[in-house]
Amino acid sequence: MRLMKSLLTGAALAVGLAGAVFAQEKLKVGFIYIGPVGDLGWTYQHDLGRKALDAALGDKIETSYVESVPEGADAERVLTQMALSGTKLIFTTSFGYMDPTINVAKKFPDVKFEHATGYKRAKNVSTYSARFYQGRTVIGYIAGKMTKTNTIGYIASFPIPEVVRGINAAYLAAKAVNPKVKFKVIWVFTWFDPGKEADAANALIEQGADVIMQHTDSPAALTIAEEKGIYAFGQASDMLQFGPDARLSSIIDNWGPYYIERVKAVLDGTWKSKATWDGIGPGMVKIGAFSDKIPADVQAGAKALEKGLADGSLNSFTGPINKQDGSVWLKAGEVADDATLASMNFYVQGVDGKLPN
Amino acid sequence: MFQLELRPNSSALWTAVTPVLAVIATMIAGGFLFAALGKDPVEAIRVIFLDPLLQPYTRSQMLVKAAPLILIAIGLSMGFKAGIWNIGAEGQFIMGAISGGAVGLAFYPTQGAWLLPLMATAGALGGFAWAMIPALLKIKYGTNEILVSLMLVYVATNFLGGMVSGPLRNPEGHNFPESRSFQDYASASNPELFSGTGIHYGVLLMFAAVIVAYIIMNRHILGFQINLTGQSPRAARFAGVNPNVLIAVTLGISGALAGMAGLFEVTGPAGKLTTNFPVGYGFTAIIVAFLGRLHPVGIFLAGLVMALTYIGGEGAQFVLRVPAAAISVFQGMLLFFLLAVDVLSNYRIRWVRKEHS
Repeated sequence: MRLMKSLLTGAALAVGLAGAVFAQEKLKVGFIYIGPVGDLGWTYQHDLGRKALDAALGDKIETSYVESVPEGADAERVLTQMALSGTKLIFTTSFGYMDPTINVAKKFPDVKFEHATGYKRAKNVSTYSARFYQGRTVIGYIAGKMTKTNTIGYIASFPIPEVVRGINAAYLAAKAVNPKVKFKVIWVFTWFDPGKEADAANALIEQGADVIMQHTDSPAALTIAEEKGIYAFGQASDMLQFGPDARLSSIIDNWGPYYIERVKAVLDGTWKSKATWDGIGPGMVKIGAFSDKIPADVQAGAKALEKGLADGSLNSFTGPINKQDGSVWLKAGEVADDATLASMNFYVQGVDGKLPN
Repeated sequence: MFQLELRPNSSALWTAVTPVLAVIATMIAGGFLFAALGKDPVEAIRVIFLDPLLQPYTRSQMLVKAAPLILIAIGLSMGFKAGIWNIGAEGQFIMGAISGGAVGLAFYPTQGAWLLPLMATAGALGGFAWAMIPALLKIKYGTNEILVSLMLVYVATNFLGGMVSGPLRNPEGHNFPESRSFQDYASASNPELFSGTGIHYGVLLMFAAVIVAYIIMNRHILGFQINLTGQSPRAARFAGVNPNVLIAVTLGISGALAGMAGLFEVTGPAGKLTTNFPVGYGFTAIIVAFLGRLHPVGIFLAGLVMALTYIGGEGAQFVLRVPAAAISVFQGMLLFFLLAVDVLSNYRIRWVRKEHS
C-alpha cells in the first residue's frame, strides 16, 4: 500500500515536473546593474532597455535583474547564480563586470553574455557600447554658443579613454563655433557621488563657468546649475525634472533597440559574439529635446550636426587636429579611426590642464 | 503590567535562544513586507533562507563571502572585549590589500611559490602598521582610537585611488584606474582550492583564526587579560596588565587580520586592486562581531548568517524580482530583532500587579 502510494506520488511529481519544463520554455534573460534602478541615470536607462525588451518580446522571454551589485567578487557570484538558475542570456552593464563576465562565461559555454563598455570578448561574450562622444559633439556645440563667460566647466569621472574622448569631442565642437572658449575640467574619480559632483559644480562656477557639462551619473550638477541660474545638460537620462530652466539638452542612452536585436538573435539561433559601437545613427545615443532658452539658429545648427553625425557625413574628429603637445594627430580632412578613439589618452590642442595619470 | 527586571547574571539559555527568536521574528515581519510587495511571503523566505543552503555552489559561496567578515570580526572582537574600539578595519583591510598587492606587482612577472606567502606577510604588515597609528597615538597622547581609526579609513580610500591611478595602475589596461589582474598572474593569485567552490586560502585562514582565537580567549593569559580589562580596567592593572601593551596588541592583531583579509580578497575573489574592491567588509564586520557576541564561534555563525542574507537576497532579486532596497530592509530587520531580543538575556519579564492606593 505504502509502495503504491509513493509510486503514485512519484508519477504525479514526474507529470508535474514535465509540465513545469514545458511551461518554462521562455528564454530567461538576466541583467546585472551597478546602481539601483531608481538612479535616474546609467542603470535607470539600462532598465528602460530591459522594459522595452519585455514589451516587445514578453511572450517569448522572461527578464530579471539584480541591482546594486558591486564589481568583482559579488558580480561573479551573482552571474554564476543566474547561469545556474537557467538564464541563457545575461547583460552585464558596467565596465567593472568585465573580468567576472569573462570568468563566468568560461564556466558556462552555453550561456551567452553581453558586456557593456568593455574590451574583452570570448566565443560567448559580446561587447557593446555607444558612441557617446557624438552626443558630446552636439552639446559641446550648444555649450560653445550659449556661454557668455566663454568658460565651460566639465565634471569628469576617471581619465579613461571614454571620458577623455568626450572632453575632446565637446571641446572641438565648442571651439569651432567659439574660438575664445575655455574648458575647465575637474576630475572627481567617481561615477556616482552627488556630494562630490555638487562640490565640483560649485568650484567650476566660482572659476567663471556658466555652462556645465558632466561625465558623471547623478543629477547633482544640474540641480546646482538650476540654483545658480546657469546652464547644464542631462546625462544618461533626460533629467529635465532636476533643472527645468538650467537643462539645455541631454545625452540619452537608448539601449532598448540593441537589447531587442540581440535577444531576437538568440531566439533565432543567429547570435554570434561581436563588438558593437553604435552612435546617433542607429539610435543608441539620443539627443534630448532642446530647451527654448536655446535660440532658433543654434537649435538648427545642433540639429544639423546631429543629422550629419547620424548619417555619417560628419565625424566628431575630423582633421586638422593637433594633440595638446602640438604634434599632429589628424591631417586636414582625415578622420579618427576606432582603434585610436578606443585607447585615447591625450587631450587635443587647446584643452587646458594636464591629463591626470 | 509587564516590567523588565535585570537578571543577576545573563541567562545562558536565553543567550542561546534569542538568535533563533530573532530569525523567526524577522521571517514573520519580512513575510509581511514581501506580502505588501505582492510576493508570496513563504516563497520569499524560502528563497532567502533555505535555497542558498540547498545548492552546493551557494553553500560554498557563503563561506567565501563570510571569510573576510569573520576574519576581521575575530580580530575586532578581542579589542572590543577589552574596551578598545577599532572602527577602522575597513582602512586596514584596504592598506593590507595595497601593501600585499604592491609586493606582488613589484615582482611581476617572476613566478615562484614564495610569492603569495610573501604577499600575505606584507598584507598583514600593512594592516598592522595602519592600526598602529591609532594605537601609538592613544598610548602616547591619549587620543580617541574610535575617531582616529575611523578617519584613517578615508585616508586609505584616497590612498587606494592614488595608487591604482598611479604607481599600481596596469600599464596595459587602457588607462583604467586598476592594477594588473592577480588572477592572470599565477604566483600572485589566491586560487580556488576546490574546483567549483570558490574556496581560497582566505577561507582556510578564517577557520584557523576562529580556532586560534577560541584558544587564546579561553586558555591563554592574553585572553584572560583581555577579559579582565573589559570587566574592570582597575582590577586588570592590579593584576599586572599593562594597558598600553594591550592596546598595541589588540589593535595590532585586528589590523593584521584585516590586512590579510584584504590581501586574500584582492588576490582571489576580487581579482585586482580597483577603487571599487572594498565593499565595506570592515564595517559589516563590526556588526558581525557584535551579532556573534564577541565569541569566536558566535562570530563564525554570525558571519555565515550575514552571508546567507546577502546571497539569498540576490536570489530573491532575480527569482522573485524583489527590489534590492527590500532586501536591505529585510537585513535591517534581522539586525534590529537580534539586538532587540538581546534584552531577554539580560532582563526577565515579570508581570507586576498594579498597586492601588
